Order: sequence, then structure tokens, then C-alpha cells
Amino acid sequence: MKTCLMYPDRDFDTASVRAGLAERFAQDIELDVLIAAAAGSDRLIRTVMAAVCAEAWTNDSTTVRYRQGILKDCLANPELVRRLYAMAGEPFGRERSWDFSLYGHEPSAMVGSAVRTLQHAFALLRRLRDTCLAHADRFASTGLQQLLVMLRRDLDDTYLAAVADDLNSLTFGAGVLLSAHVGGGGKAAGLVLRKPQPRDMSWMQYLPAIGVKSYTLQLQPRDDAGAQAFSELQNRGLGQISDAIYRSAEHVLGFLKALRDELAFYVGCLNLKDRLDGIGESTCFPEVSDAPRYFRCRDLRDTCLSLTLGCRAVGNDVDAGDRPLVIITGANRGGKSTFLRSVGVAQLMLQCGLFVTAEQFSSSLRSGLFTHYKRQEDRSMRSGKFDEELVRMSEIADHIRPGALVLFNESFAATHEREGAEIARQVVSALLDSGVTVFFVTHMYELARVFFDDDRVLFLRADPDPGGTRTFRLHPARPLPRSFGIDLYRQIFGPEEEAHDQPARLSG
Amino acid sequence: MTEWSISDGSPLGLPDGNMAAGRRAALPSVPLDRDTGSAPPIFRSVLFPPGEPETPRAEQPACFVDLNLDQVVNAIVADRDEAVLRPLFYSPSRREDIIRYRQAVFADLERPGVFEVMQAFSGAMRTVRANLAYAAPIDRASHQHAVTLRAITLYCRAVLSLSEGLQLHRPRSEALSELLAYLADYRASPAFSSLAGEADDLTRALADLSYGMLFRGDKVTVRKYADEVDFAATILDRFARFRTEPVGARPPRPPGDDFALNHIEEAILAFVAKLFPDEFHALAAFVTRRAEFIDQALARFEREIAFFVSYLEFIAPMKAANLPFCHPDVSAVSKETEAHEAFDLALAAKLVSERKPVICNDFRLTGAERMLVVTGANQGGKTTFSRMFGQMHILAGLGCPVPGTRARLFLADQVFTHFEREEDITNLRGKLEDELFRLHRTCEVMTGDSVVILNEVFNSTSLDDQILLSTKVMERILATDALGVCVTFLDGLTSLSAKTVSMVSMVDPDNPANRTFRVKRMPANGLAYALSLAEKRGVTYERLCARIRP
Repeated sequence: MKTCLMYPDRDFDTASVRAGLAERFAQDIELDVLIAAAAGSDRLIRTVMAAVCAEAWTNDSTTVRYRQGILKDCLANPELVRRLYAMAGEPFGRERSWDFSLYGHEPSAMVGSAVRTLQHAFALLRRLRDTCLAHADRFASTGLQQLLVMLRRDLDDTYLAAVADDLNSLTFGAGVLLSAHVGGGGKAAGLVLRKPQPRDMSWMQYLPAIGVKSYTLQLQPRDDAGAQAFSELQNRGLGQISDAIYRSAEHVLGFLKALRDELAFYVGCLNLKDRLDGIGESTCFPEVSDAPRYFRCRDLRDTCLSLTLGCRAVGNDVDAGDRPLVIITGANRGGKSTFLRSVGVAQLMLQCGLFVTAEQFSSSLRSGLFTHYKRQEDRSMRSGKFDEELVRMSEIADHIRPGALVLFNESFAATHEREGAEIARQVVSALLDSGVTVFFVTHMYELARVFFDDDRVLFLRADPDPGGTRTFRLHPARPLPRSFGIDLYRQIFGPEEEAHDQPARLSG
Repeated sequence: MTEWSISDGSPLGLPDGNMAAGRRAALPSVPLDRDTGSAPPIFRSVLFPPGEPETPRAEQPACFVDLNLDQVVNAIVADRDEAVLRPLFYSPSRREDIIRYRQAVFADLERPGVFEVMQAFSGAMRTVRANLAYAAPIDRASHQHAVTLRAITLYCRAVLSLSEGLQLHRPRSEALSELLAYLADYRASPAFSSLAGEADDLTRALADLSYGMLFRGDKVTVRKYADEVDFAATILDRFARFRTEPVGARPPRPPGDDFALNHIEEAILAFVAKLFPDEFHALAAFVTRRAEFIDQALARFEREIAFFVSYLEFIAPMKAANLPFCHPDVSAVSKETEAHEAFDLALAAKLVSERKPVICNDFRLTGAERMLVVTGANQGGKTTFSRMFGQMHILAGLGCPVPGTRARLFLADQVFTHFEREEDITNLRGKLEDELFRLHRTCEVMTGDSVVILNEVFNSTSLDDQILLSTKVMERILATDALGVCVTFLDGLTSLSAKTVSMVSMVDPDNPANRTFRVKRMPANGLAYALSLAEKRGVTYERLCARIRP
């Protein structure tokens, strides 16, 4: 039995997620703000959301659309979803932990705790099933419909009755019966615990009458080693049953836990939606583009900035189409970093199956998100700082694969511009040629100029608003050279002709 | 004399062990010329070619500690028969025929499959002996016989897989080819095939016996098994639908004792023997009849092959880490010396276990060149380089594969090492005297066929003294025509004569703090600053394209 609310075909496992890289890009896109808004005070939701974010880069478009469907159902029935989440969490809460605790190394303790746990767990499963089936008509998505079908089929009354019977029969009144054969060196091999049947009860009593040959050994009163050997042999048999029943209890708890964890994601989404509604941020469900490197957005806002400021942020319209390189230049405080972050956050939210804060957002699925931001520390040591940037780039190279998205913010500027631009050029070219998409915020005119004749690039520029307001918007435009000397030289000496502005390719 | 007789005593003069009482006892009546009429194959030794064997020396050569070969040998012989193995590793030879004989065996073992065959055989024979040692003092017949049967079964299986494994991989060495011929003859003998056949039949018959044990309170009743239902399977089946992954084998039992029986198990086995008397009578008859079953030549082979297996097992992790090993061209005459991509074996073993990289180095002595004089940065790998040079010569003399992609090495009569001892400020004079005394002794004893390694010998004295003493000693050594390495910071020593070759331990040109541990004849030069940094970090265009793989 699988809950399958996160993937069409498998369970979501928070434990298997490795967090390392996720944390590294998190500090650049302020992911924590997003997770905190979704989690509120619920630590489980925080863990699950973090895991979902870390795993987002492996999701395919089917999974994303599958989650979007379930999330739409949840947004329509928030109360019911929150109630199911609370029920699935009962075994793991403080109040009833004893009813569901599994413990013991000795087989008898393990059997006892497992039987009790199973009895309570099945009572809970029955309630969950009844609650879901009572509201069956409210769910339209494939994912939730599947869950209903499974509950109805796998937890029918006949099965629940058989389980209750089994749990009652787990006693050893007839003694512990083991079968074995003679293995190497005379060792008992292939030990199997056998089920005590009524005729085994009578076997002891009527044995002599039936005439089956048997030999009985009685322990000497003070034979401690013998008593030890007795219990070891029995434990080898009881261990089989205790482990089986113990694992069964774990599996049943595992099912409830999986359901709780997967619902935690959707409850987190509900919380986030509540927060955004509260500050007037509108959302939409993003489209997954089937093209390999596509990007287009209308009124894309930085979700984390909105959450931090507590008000609606300024949005941008950008249509990069299939161009895999976006170079952003322009005035300081012009919203370049904010835009860069909004791209990262929206991409992550899309791949998680979430809504995004935009009017429209369409992007390809990426194999990973990497950010390479200028760091503030180590100002004094110029060489050390530049090397530190290269080391971080090398760490990215250790993990990046084709199809990834890399956000550079003022990178490689810790050395003089000609050197920095050359390194940046090599890095960006290698990424582009390896199927990676790059957004690069830079002041290095030398770097931008390298790509003037490249049709894979979109240039964006942040210009101060002529009206003097502080609302910067990015618009498609080439960078402005800080020195005109080179261009002047070219104008006089060279025949190279260059347009100073690219034709606008933005929508809106 | 029967065809099975083996030349008296092993070449090593090793004890034959309790269980290898010889096949003469087990095979009293095998005819002389069963198939061809010619004498059947004889198998002697994997360590020494036919002829005069050398006697291994019992005590560790003095240079082993300085070269860290003591650590290497300790690691190699750990958990093995040290009394047999240590002397072998302490006894490098100058005889090219012995070394080639062993190199051929190593070459066989390095081919895929052969090593595993030998490893399995050694392991199996150890288990056979452990079983026999355990069975000897057991009182209850059913138990003792069951253990002896297990030993016989393991022995037969070991012989067969050794023979089949060798046949499959076709040994090329003289030693293992002879072994294969010997085995083919042995396993075809009626004595062996009846031993194996009967043991199999009995084991199968016992495994077919099923019995039940019913524990109630302080009693256990043993009876024949009567088709009761598997309880654990019933429970697992009931809750199967909650399982997210397939259930593997039965849960791991707490580490139980599969080898020995306690007295309760022994008593239960005795009951089982009473329930099934025919099978246990047959067992008793068999093990009594075949008490001495281990072949003497194979027993000796087992001891000798451990030399090869233990060494290869020791270097296996290094090979797995892509460190090269090769069979050096050896000569007791020519002093043409070279090695490519060699490394310090003791250090590499440590680094590989810590998953750290190992730096390889080359060296060459050609024509009149005799002495490598190593100068350069501290902590730059100079001492390691000098150890490596000494180790290579010892290992070559043992016939073992040496570190490196290829090597040509002289078979030295002795290896002398003089390494700087731990600083002892209070006793500087004594230390210098002691060092000079030792050096003098070395100079007296060494010959033109020796290898000498000097490592910062006079560091504890004044510079003038160092120059004077070092020059004197070096001149003495160079005059003998011995091979060697001298690690020093005295640049003058590098050009003392035509026999000296200068080598320098390198540092990263871009970052002097970064030690490369390379020792080269020529210094290298660096790239432009930023690009060389980018190159170092692997983020240039070419390196990045190569690193970003789907």
C-alpha cells in the first residue's frame, strides 16, 4: 500500500534526501523565508518542505502536473486536508505515543509491543478510511482518487477482521516448536518456527499412545549454561516471529507516516497560500515547457521578498524564449539581484509542484539550480577571494549536469576586469556548450561584449526610471560601456558594425 | 619408493603440520603406473626452482625500520602464519633464477581469476585445519564425526576448486604448471574421488533429515518433523500490503555460532542420531576409515603460496586506487637502474586507506651514474623518495611486484640506511659520534654491489662540519661504486662527481605553500596567474566541458 501523493508511482522519502547542495543555494535565494512561511510552527512541515525543495531537481513534468492537480484539490478543500493530516499524525504525536511505541530486543517484548501497536494502528486506519470515503466526491485529481480506491480495496472489513484474529492468536501456550535439519558439523540448520496447531497441543499428551518416537531432555537444576542454550535456541525461533510481527507493525506505522509526510507538503502549500493571500500577492500555476531551455514570465515577483516585506513586490516581464544566456546589467539598486532571485525561487517552486507569484510563468524543467554570488568576506585578500570564487565554481562543477540553471551575481569581479571577464567567458561558454542555462548579473562590460554577436543571449538592463520614481524594471537592452574609448577606436579604425540596442523581444 | 613420494623435507625446512601426515598413509595401494607408465608428476615448491634452495633468515634486516618495511611486513603477515612468512620476507635473494621463478608465479596470480583461486584455497585450508583441531577433543561420536565430515567436504571442495580454477586459467609459470599437472593426477586417483564422493553422499543424506524440537519449560522434546505450518511466513503474508520494499532474506540473526555446538545442541544431535541410526552409522564408518586425508605436497603448497597471496592482498587496495605495480627487470650484474611512477609502499598503504592521493616519482641511474642527490623544499617528499628507492631494491630481491609502471633494478647484496634520528638536544655530540661510527661500519662492510641511503645524516652539526663530513662520506661511498640516494640540503653534493645525479623536490609554482611531493630532475615553470589558478581549480573552458557530464 502506497500513498502516492507526491509521485504517481512511489512514496516520498524525506530521509533519503541529502541536503548539502540545497543548503548552499538556499542562502542565495532566501529559500528559508519560503519554507518558514509554509511551515509556521510545524517542524514536520519545515522538514518536508526542505526535502521537497532538495528533491525538486529530479522531478519530471508528469510529477509536477500530478502534484499541481492534487494541490488544486487541496486548495478547494483546505479543512478536510488539514483534518486528514492531523489524523495521520496521531501515532507520532505526544498524547498517544505509548499506544504506538515499538520497543524491545527480547523477542517476547517485541511481540508484545508490536501486537499492541498493530491493534491501535488498525483502529486509526479504520477511522481514516471512513473519513475519506465520506467525502469521496470532493476530490477530482488522479492522486487523491487513487488514494480513495486503495483505501476502499485494501482496508475492507474482511481483511480488518482477519488481522484482529491473527493478533489474538499470537500466544505460545503450546510451547515453542522449531523444525530443523542436520547441517554442517551437526549444527541445526534451516530453523523455522512452526505455528502451534490444536493437534500440536495434544501431541504432547497423546504422543506415547500414537507411538511416535521421541526423546526428551530435561535441564539439570543448576545447569545455567544449559538454560542459556535453551533460551538461545528458542530465541532463534521466536526471533523469526517477533521480527516478522515487529516489522509488520513498522510497515503499518510507515504507511501512516508516509501519508502524514505527504500531506504535510500540501498543508504547507495551504499555509503559504494563506500568507500570500494575506499580503495581497496573487499566484498562478506555472507551465512546464517541453523545450529544453525555455524561459518566459509575466509580472514575475520575488516570493521571498514579498514575504519578507509583507507587501506585494515589483514584477518583471522577460521573454528569453529558447535563449540559454541572460546577461543583466545596469544601475545599482535597480532590482537586478531581486530579479535573479525571483527566477531561482520560481523555478524551484515550479519543480516542487507549487504555484508561483506571477501572472504567467513558463519554464523548462532544470536538472539543478546553482548560484554563484559574490561573497562579502575576505575583502582584504584579493587573490584569496578570487581563488575562493574559483573554488566555489569548481564545487558547482562537481555536481552540475546538463540542463541545470546557474545564477551568477557579480561573479569573478574580484580580480581586474580583463582577467575576470576572461575567466567568466570561459566558464559561461563551457556551461552554454554543456546544455546549461545561465543568468548572469554583471558590471563587467568586457564580459558582456564577448557575447554581443552571440544569438544565444538576451541582454537586460536596469535603468533608473526617468520619472525619478524608485520602481526599476528590467528591459531588454545592451549594457552601456563605462568607457567609450574602445568603441571610439573601432568607429575610427575598424569596419565592425554593431547595433547598440537589440530589438525588443519582451512580451507585455 | 612409490610414485607419491616427495623429496624429503620441504625446501624451507618447515614443519609439515599435524594434519599432513602424507598420502602414503592414505594411499597404500595405488599402482605405480596407472595410465602412461611414466612417473606421475611431482610437485615441489612455488618459492624455489629445482636446484639449491636458499635458507631464509630469521631476523629482520636492519634497514627495514628506516624504510618502513617493518610496517609493511607486519601488515602483510597479520593474521597469518608469521613463523613461515616473516623469514621469507626478510630474505631478498641475488639469484635471478629464483626471482624470475617467483615473478612468474606473481604474474600468474595477477591475471584475473588465478589470485582468487589461490585466496579461496588458502582460506578453505585454514578452515579445514580449524575444523580438525576442534573435532579432535570432542567426546560425543555424532558430533565429532559430523565436524570431521565437514572438514573432509571442505578439503575436497578446496582441492577441486583449486584444480578447476587452475585449469580454467591455464597457468604460465613453471611452478603452477607443475602444480596443475600434479593436481590433475591427484584428483583422478581413486583414493581422492572416493573420498569426495562418499563425503558428498553423507552430507546430503544428513541434510535430508528433518526433525522437530518442542520447547516447554525446562524440557525439550526431539522428534521427526511432521509438516507444521511456517508461523513467520503467515504473519508476514498478512501484513504484506503495507510493505514498501520487498522483504529480503530472514532477518539477520544475532551473530550466532555456526561452527561449534554447545552441550544442549550436542545432546539434541545425539537424539537425532538415535532417531536416524542408519545415516549416523554410515558417517561413523566413513570418518574412521579416512582419518588422514590431507595430501602432503598440497599442505606445503598451501604454506608457500601464502607468501604470494599475502603480498598481493596487501597491495590490492593500492591497485584498486589505480596505483601501478610492475615486475622489474632484475640483474645481479648491470647497474642500469630506472623506475617510472614509483611510490613509497608503506606511505601509499596509509594514504589509500585514508582515501588521499599518492604522488608517484621516477628515477634513473644510467651509465656511470650511481647516486641520486635529492635537494629542495622541506616536506617536499624527499624522505619518502629515499625510502621508495630502498624499498624497491628489497622488494625486487624478494621477487615481488614493485611500485611503478616499469622498473629495472640491480640485485643488491645489502641495503644500508642512515636516517636522521629524532632530535635529542642534550646528546648532540653523542649522536654525531654514533652516526659517524655507524657510517664508518657501513663503509667497511659495504661492497660495490650494495645500496646505500643517506637521509639528512649530519643535520645536528654545524654547517661547515656538515659540508666536510658529508663530502668525505659521499666520496667514500662513491668510490665503492655502490648505488644509492642521498637526501640533503647541501647543493654542493649534487655535483660532487659524474656519479651523482641532482634531483629536486618540487613545490607548486603558483603557491609555494602547496607541496606537490614530486621529485624531479628538472624544475617546472608556471602559467599566468589567473588562468593557472583556474586551471588548478579545473574551471577553464576545456576542463569544465569535460567535467559536466550527463
